[in-house]
Order: sequence, then structure tokens, then C-alpha cells
Amino acid sequence: MAQGPSQPPVVGSRWVLAREQFDTLLDSFRDHGYEVLGPTVRDGAIVYGRIEEVHDLPVGWTDRQEAGSYRLERRDDPALFGYNVGPHSWKKYLFPSRERLFTARREGPSFRVSTEPTEEGPKAYLGVRACEIAAIRIQDRVFTGGPEVDPGYAGRRTRALVVAAQCTQAASSCFCVSMGTGPEVEDGFDLVLTELVGEGPHRFVIEVGTPAGASVLAGVPLVPASPVDLAKVSERLQRTRHAMGRSLEANGIRELLLGRLDHEEWEKVGARCVACTNCTMVCPTCFCHSTEEVPDLAGSRVERWRRWDSCFNLAFSELHGGSVRTSVPSRYRQWMVHKLATWYDQFGSSGCVGCGRCIAWCPVGIDITEEAERVRLPSAPTSRGGRP
Amino acid sequence: MSTDREPSPSADGIPLAPSPFTVRERAAETADTVTLTLDPLTGDRPAPFLPGQFNMLSVLGAGEVAISISGDPARPDELVHTVRSLGLSTQAIGRLSPGSTVAVRGPYGRGWPLEAAWGRDVVLVAGGIGIAPLRPLLYALLRERARFGRLEVIYGARSPQDLVYYRQLQEWRARSNARFQVTVDAAGRDWYGDVGVVTQRIPDCRFDGRNTVAFLCGPEIMMRLSAEALEGRGVRPEAIWLSMERNMRCGVGFCGHCQFGPYLLCRDGPVLPYRELRPLLRVREL
Amino acid sequence: MSGPRTAVGLPELAAHPFLKGLGEGFLRDLVPGTEALDFDTGATIVREGEAAHEFFLIVQGKVGLELVPHDRPRLTVLTVGPEEVFGWSWLAPPHLWRSDARALKPTRVLAISAERLRAALDAHPQDGYRFLGRLVPVLAQRLDATRLQVLDVHRP
Repeated sequence: MAQGPSQPPVVGSRWVLAREQFDTLLDSFRDHGYEVLGPTVRDGAIVYGRIEEVHDLPVGWTDRQEAGSYRLERRDDPALFGYNVGPHSWKKYLFPSRERLFTARREGPSFRVSTEPTEEGPKAYLGVRACEIAAIRIQDRVFTGGPEVDPGYAGRRTRALVVAAQCTQAASSCFCVSMGTGPEVEDGFDLVLTELVGEGPHRFVIEVGTPAGASVLAGVPLVPASPVDLAKVSERLQRTRHAMGRSLEANGIRELLLGRLDHEEWEKVGARCVACTNCTMVCPTCFCHSTEEVPDLAGSRVERWRRWDSCFNLAFSELHGGSVRTSVPSRYRQWMVHKLATWYDQFGSSGCVGCGRCIAWCPVGIDITEEAERVRLPSAPTSRGGRP
Repeated sequence: MSTDREPSPSADGIPLAPSPFTVRERAAETADTVTLTLDPLTGDRPAPFLPGQFNMLSVLGAGEVAISISGDPARPDELVHTVRSLGLSTQAIGRLSPGSTVAVRGPYGRGWPLEAAWGRDVVLVAGGIGIAPLRPLLYALLRERARFGRLEVIYGARSPQDLVYYRQLQEWRARSNARFQVTVDAAGRDWYGDVGVVTQRIPDCRFDGRNTVAFLCGPEIMMRLSAEALEGRGVRPEAIWLSMERNMRCGVGFCGHCQFGPYLLCRDGPVLPYRELRPLLRVREL
Repeated sequence: MSGPRTAVGLPELAAHPFLKGLGEGFLRDLVPGTEALDFDTGATIVREGEAAHEFFLIVQGKVGLELVPHDRPRLTVLTVGPEEVFGWSWLAPPHLWRSDARALKPTRVLAISAERLRAALDAHPQDGYRFLGRLVPVLAQRLDATRLQVLDVHRP
């Protein structure tokens, strides 16, 4: 039986946790005050929810993803993390789809703005993939990287313990290698697990990323990782790296897209796109939102709420009672050019992490990697006019 | 510079919390446009602002809207906004009377590069309510009149009844060393001023194109055609500045609504150089 | 109202920016058909529907071009000033003025006889081509402006 370290292990150290002891790890999170959130099967998909014990995880499930398709399938082993990404991402927690910003109460001729102190405790995000860490860091730059810091986001981020899971397989919709965001979790984690299943005992190699991660491991039964275990981790990651279902030429993509804003492909893809907003909802980096005010009937109290919005909505680009982007092609172009090109201008990186969610969850199977290739091909001239 | 404004203590930790202001004065400019002078209710003085910056205003419950500051930047204690009633939020603001409360946060955005004017001829082109973000610049320019060359102001509106700041512009026309051309799209017989669009007034302007800086604010197509006409008279694209408008909802680059190509206009703009905007202004539905 | 018509010499005609640089023979042919006219503020220069016999070069002042819809108030749609021109109904059938032109301040114009002008354009095709080459951009620019006005960019 493994003897857990009674003292927190040092940052950078690597340990092995037996599958049978996984609940001990979950218990330790709770003992340290964390609510555990992680992958779970609901309505035929792996989504993120509250995890009480190991059987809340998608034991023995995997996902099969294609353009416009996502299916769960049984695995022939009892892996806990044997899939890639589902329709949820961690923005569900860090940047909730609806959030009250504040309440303003009338006070005589004036008003006072207040917000209820958060009662949320710390959360452990279990099973965060490399591409998702990249996505969280992208949203960090949006909400905390500028002169104005979003206090709600910043608070939730501070209270989150990132317990990452290495991808030991890739879906056909995955292209994190192209975007430089995976498959290896290299940093940005408190703990990272690599699941080893099917070769020797079912176990997890755990690397300690931060003192906060280390303190959770105190008392958890672990043995030091052996060179063989570590070699297996590397080998799994290598395999995943070469199993990417898709690729996207990210080199020079910003200049390419900004130079092709009048490409004929926008009309073509726009004719297929139904502007359902799915891609923006499942995208782990899409941050656009609107605000709305909810007054009470007496007018003495007004709440201001934030809610997810999408650049595919007609009203998104409203200006003086009309919309700037009335056509669907212009809205698809806005989304894709923002994601892959103008994000660099605005936030210093790509807005795409290669997770493939937008590909799988598009009801008509539009594939961002394919669209990037089509725009790369020169457009046929669309009018007799010369380019200025 | 996004904003140097310190959050007020009561608003600490509250995202995008507005401060209460009261309407000190309300002046009807036209049938649908009012100029409001606001006083803070909390005792804090209004934050200093740069010409071209904007505030987020709201009558609580009716939604927030980005409105440029149109007062004199040398008198930041006098917070002045000129608001045209177009949607629900601006209609609610337009109905405010002295003593009413309005929620304000800001100032936000990058304003006009005033210093670009020094030593040059200066052209201002305003269309419609676009005169409002240019007025603080005009105050600042007229205060430093000796530091630059000729000053040409072109202001176009829909009709004589739609002109705002008309009396003040006439005073400036009479008293300041500047040339004002006011033109309207169409007019009745009682109008003896110019009729036509602002681009038609540009050939008439007196300036040395290569040594001119231009500041434009108005409907996008008007700014585009004006910038082209200015270029035609030798003004360099990097010396032409446009105040761009999109649906600014948060003011701080969080919400994504005011994107224009690579820009988040609330954060990177609203004032941007034509040199960068020129290719983008040619793209449809951007 | 219009004041006295005074004859115009070649130098005065050739000095107007619109005609500057055109051939002397062409301009000389126009001189006998050209008069200088002075209008007080408010005076009507031409009336919509009347025969268009002249082409106008503004020397000084300001002229408003007014649409006269008969069943609704008249509307000024363009003002033109010094060094500019107005009135080309003589060029296209049915040679009737399409709008009123009214002086909005004391105005001096050079009025060139359309008959003389047409004859000179025929007699001096090269200068005629250059003349039209100056007139068409004015028309194009006014058409552009009209399009902007149709867009009604400042509408509420």
C-alpha cells in the first residue's frame, strides 16, 4: 500500500496515484475546502458539473467527434479521462452565462450601487485539458490583462485550483498542436494528472505545479513516479501529438485573413451557416456579452446583468437602430477573423486554442480549419473592378 | 490611455459601477437633441477628460449608452453631454429635467491627438451629432490659437433645424480666427447658408495640404468621403483622424460589441488615424 | 431683381477658373454672347420649367438651386459659390430649367448664351471636349452629393 507524503510534496515532483485511491484525492480536495467540478455524463454528452465521487466521472466513456457530430461511445477500458472535450468549457464557471454585476438602489434623489459579497468558496477544476488552460489564459487577458480588471472573473480565477488532465488521445476535431496549445499541459496548472490504463495497474502520474496543488496532496497515498511511469507519460503524449484529427496553418494566418476580407469563401460559408451561435457558446475563449437592466416595478431598484452574447446575433452589431452586419457571411467572417486574426491585435495571441468544439457542435458541420484553407486559396474575381 | 480615473470608494470591487449625477441644466438644441450639464451627487468632482473621450450614461432601468463628452476640457467640473434621442436609452436621457438623476461612468477611450495640430493648419469636419465629440477639441484649439496655422471648421447637418450649438458656432465665427462653413442637406427658403454635403465644402477650404491635420466625426460614409477629398488636397492619411462609432456597451474592452476589424473602439479608439482605417473602411459590413 | 446687363470682354471671361486655359478662338466666339449680371439677395436668376438659354459662371456671391414641387414647400438642395458654375439644362433636351436658381447674397454671374456656346463647342471640338471634360466632373460630384443626401445619413 502506498504511503502518502505527510508533508506537501515539492513543486515539480511527480507521483503515482492508484486508481483505487482516486476517491482519496477527491476527499482531500473537499477536506481542503474545494468544491470539485469536473467532467460527468449528462444527456449524452460529457459536460462539467459537481463531482462527489469517482463514479460521477465518465468512467469507461469516450467521445467520437466529427464536423457536426458528437457521440459518446463505450471504451473497452474503465478510463476516467478517456475522451477529449465536450460542449462545456471552464468559462461556464469563470465567466458564467448570466451574472449580476450590481444592484442600484434609489436613495432620495441619488442611488447607491452595491453587490452582494460572493459566498462562493474555492473550486477544484478537475480534468482541465491543455487547450482549456490556454483558453483560460486567453480569457484572463481579456478580463484581467488590461487597465480595467473584472473583479468577478478575477475572484473566481483566484479561487480556482486547476487540476489538469493530459490528453492521452485526440479527437478527430482536435488541432491543438497547430495552435501551439497542446497536447501537453506544460504550465498553468496546480496539479496535472496523466492517466495510465491498460498497461499495468490503472494509475495516474501526478505532477505538482504549485504549492496550492502540493498542499492538497498531503496525506493522499502516493508513491514516487518511476522512470518507467514517466517514460509512459511521454510516450502517451507523443502518441496524442501525432493523432491530431485536424490541422490549421497558424503561421501568417493573421495577415492572410486580414488581406482576404473580400474573399468569395465568406459568401459560400455564410450560405451554409445558420447563425445559430453554437460555435460561440461552446468556444472556450468567446467572451462577448451584453448587459441588461432589470428594474423592479416600483423603480426603486435596478439590477444590471451581464449575459453571453454572440457576434452571430443580428442585434450584436446594432448601431442607430440598424445592424452593421446584416448578412450571415459578414457575421461568420467577423467571428473567424476575430478568432484567428484580430485577436492578436486586441489581446496579443490567437483566440483559437484548437479544441475543435466549434467543428463538432456546428449543426451544419462548418469546419474552421477547412475554412482557413479555403480562404488561403485565391478568390476568383467577383467584379470587373480592379483592387485599389 | 484608457482611463486614469480612480474608482470611487463606494464602487470598489463592483464591476463597471456608475456614479450618481444630477442634471444641473438642460438646453434643447433641436427637436431631438438636448445638452445636459451634470453635477456629481457623491461629492466627488467629475474626472478630467480629454477631448474625444466618452462616458457611459444611463437612466437606471433604461440601459446604458456611450455618449461623448462635449464640454470644455479646461472646465472638467462642468460635465456636459449632448444627447440625441434615438433609442430607448437616449430617449430616457433626453427626457431628463433639472434635478433628475443620471448614472455616469468614465471617461473612456482615446481622444483627439491635440498636439498633432501644433504648427499645422487644422481642418475639422463634423456631420450631424458628430459635432458633439469635436466641440471639446474646438475649445482646446481656440484656447491655444497661436500654436497652429489656419483653422477650418466644416459642419454638415440634415436641415437648418438640426444644427446644434448654432449660436455658439456663430459667436466663434464672429470672434475667433477661424473659418466656419455650415452646410445642410436641404433647406427651406429661410436659409441663406450653404446647402450640400460637407465634402463639397472641402475644395473651398484654405490650408496647406502637406502641413494640415484633420479631425473628422460623423456618419462613416461621410468621414470616408471627406477623408478621400482631404487626401485629394494633399493631406497625408496619417494626419487625418476619425472618431469611429460602433455599439459600445461596456466601455472597457470586455464585451466585444464595438469591434471594428482589429480594434475594440471603446479601448483603442474611438479616435483612430485614417492611415490605419482606410483599408477597413472599404470592407462591407465590417 | 437683376440689375443692368453689361457686356463682358475676353479678359474677364478668360479669367474665370472654369474657362481658364481654353483656346482663345473658342473663348472669343463666346464673348458676343456673354453678359455680366448682378442680382440682389433673394432675386430669382432662372425659373424651373422655363427655357434654358444660358450657362452661368459665378463671379461672386452665392446661388441656391431650389426644387419646386408645386404641391409642397420649395427646397434648396445645393448652393454654389464663386468660381463655380450652374445651369446645364441648355445641354440636354428639352432645354428647360430643372430647378430655380436664386441669389442668396448679392451675386454677380457671367451668363453665356447657350446658342453661342453650342456653336462654339461645334466649331472648336478640341476645346469643346475640354469644356465638357470640366463640366462632367462637376455633374458627377453633384450626383455624388445627391446620393449622400438620398442616403440621409443624419436622419434620426
